[in-house]
Amino acid sequence: MILLIEQVLNGLQYGAMLFMLASGLTLIFGIMGVINLTHGSLYMVGAYCAASAVLQSGSFLVGIAAALAGAGLYAVVIELAVVQWLYRRDHLYQVLATLGLILFTNEAVSLIFGRRPPLMDIPPFLQGSVTVLPGLDYPLMRLAFIGVGGLVAVGLWLLVNHTRLGMLVRAGADDREMVSALGVDIRRLYTLVFGLGGLLCGLAGVMAAPLLAVEIGMGERVLITTFVVIVIGGVGSIRGALVGALLVGMVDGLGRAYLPQGLQMLLPPSVADTLSAGLVSASIYVLMAIVLLVRPLGLLPARS
Amino acid sequence: MTRISSSWQAVAAAFLAAILAVILAAPASAQSGPATPTTIGFITTLSTPAGYIGEDIRDGFQLALKDGTLGGVPVKLQIEDDSLKPANAKQAADRMIQSGIKLFTGVNFSNVLAAVVPGVLEAGGVYVSLNPGPSVFAGEKCNRNYFVASYQNDAFHEAAGLSANLLGYKRVVLLAPAYQAGRDALEGFKRTFKGEIIGEIYTKLDQTDFSVELARVRSLQPDAIYQFHPGGAGINFAKQYANSGLSKSVPMLIPSFSMDARMIGATGEAADGIYASAIWTTESDNPASKAFVEAFRKAYSRTPTMYAQQAYDTANLIGSALKAVNGDISKQAEFRDALRKAHFTAVRGKFSLGPNQHPIQDYYLTKFVKNASGEIVQTVVRKVAEDYGDAYAARCKID
Repeated sequence: MILLIEQVLNGLQYGAMLFMLASGLTLIFGIMGVINLTHGSLYMVGAYCAASAVLQSGSFLVGIAAALAGAGLYAVVIELAVVQWLYRRDHLYQVLATLGLILFTNEAVSLIFGRRPPLMDIPPFLQGSVTVLPGLDYPLMRLAFIGVGGLVAVGLWLLVNHTRLGMLVRAGADDREMVSALGVDIRRLYTLVFGLGGLLCGLAGVMAAPLLAVEIGMGERVLITTFVVIVIGGVGSIRGALVGALLVGMVDGLGRAYLPQGLQMLLPPSVADTLSAGLVSASIYVLMAIVLLVRPLGLLPARS
Repeated sequence: MTRISSSWQAVAAAFLAAILAVILAAPASAQSGPATPTTIGFITTLSTPAGYIGEDIRDGFQLALKDGTLGGVPVKLQIEDDSLKPANAKQAADRMIQSGIKLFTGVNFSNVLAAVVPGVLEAGGVYVSLNPGPSVFAGEKCNRNYFVASYQNDAFHEAAGLSANLLGYKRVVLLAPAYQAGRDALEGFKRTFKGEIIGEIYTKLDQTDFSVELARVRSLQPDAIYQFHPGGAGINFAKQYANSGLSKSVPMLIPSFSMDARMIGATGEAADGIYASAIWTTESDNPASKAFVEAFRKAYSRTPTMYAQQAYDTANLIGSALKAVNGDISKQAEFRDALRKAHFTAVRGKFSLGPNQHPIQDYYLTKFVKNASGEIVQTVVRKVAEDYGDAYAARCKID
């Protein structure tokens, strides 16, 4: 039972990270119709900025500021310099351009920050574990991660449902042409949304940096899972991203925890290990396939 | 407009001339006698996150060169970056073979090695491996022109199994990524470990977060864990292991390439207290090792990793053989004999080559602890295997 609760917390924490990445990606994909492969790189930029800022200043708060500023500004620069020229083009052009940007960003980051990955320790006030339940100590950093994920969800809900910008974002997700026809400066809205996506990536980067290795290519690894999340949740929908992120987080976490054990009870160990390793890797894609069979637009699509 | 195009033509012509000069120069140097340098094809990984390993390999190898000579014979290193892509490495090797190069080394990953070695051997070249020693080339498929100066991959894990026996662990959980090298690692460990394996957990190859696996380790309550996660995954694993509080109750045992000098820097305090199987560490107590560490620090202002040490020893092994044939590697039989004799002072201590031309050497149990000045170093605890070969040597038939 304790193990189950711990694994659920692990799933929540992974889900929180996926949500921070997916909410930005789903807005960019849903509203602007841009397939942005650079999204993972923004997360890497955030992590690098945070790690080196913490290394220079020793303060985690400065690290957060650096990550948000770095990733947010880089997102705006990308949008203004490259992506905005491709809105009217085919998806293939966007994929090619943003794939190129991944390579560019990787090289640029290794030129600026060096090949040696910067080290970022867990800040002192988040070190160690707390007793969540009797017999269950859980790392404070991971709890903080879940907490920040919750705050981001609430914050985005307020932003999208109770502000003018949010209204435009929702309207944009429903019908881009109409919003633009009503005299809204759609260009500026796009830049803002792209920047917001960058900010969220930066936040995910700074939270992940103390737990994961900060390295070139860390963004590509998480990018595919993020796309799975927004496809499951429904493209363009923040609520969908939240549900998708939690679902993927749980399926991945609990699958990794219980699938090998379950199979070992049914099959001889040598077969079970190989099979479960494969099944665990595939579990989120199986989930995606099932969701798409039942609901081809995702669980909570923006345009139903 | 004409001025621009003519200046471009000049540049292009100069460029072509330079390329031609390179193409024509290479075979010339390889065909002439020992007076001109012997060219060594050196393909390694200098870019990508693993690029630091290639840098250490290159720098360690070059440290063994004395005024451009190895064993008194002038040598020229032709260094190529493979970007950790077997296809790139294969292309580079083919180019070098065509330009007449007969002696190769440098590759630092098993999968890249598998792409390079067959081509080199078919062309009648000699390959001396300075890092990977995959099982495929150690048994039936061994070759008289293929030497491994580092270790056979499995031996490292077998030494770890012996270490676990010595440390008195009875119930151990194993963790490795689900791919060939990961499975080989755990098989190697199981070959020598006498206790009980209470859990065998395979992780995903690109996994970055291990919280789920760590929770399972906690619930299994083993005496120790043995884990093999190279590169970034290894850094993540060690950091998260320390953060979860598990490192206080369950000791961690690793093969030493899961935690090199650079990774200690990236993990910080998390490396403290980890046990590792090793053939050499910066703290190895012999004069050759001390001189090497000092010279490396002086030349490159950083601490050498085991990769640098392996490259340095390999360079000296090649040097000893070059000396024996006075730089004329067309006397291939004599060159091979000299390599097989391995007359050189290895930084790691005792060293000889077995029947499959893989090393027979000592393996140690080491521990990462803080030294007097507060740095984490890999100290030698004790020897776990003496004159240890590998499990595949018996299957190798070299005429």
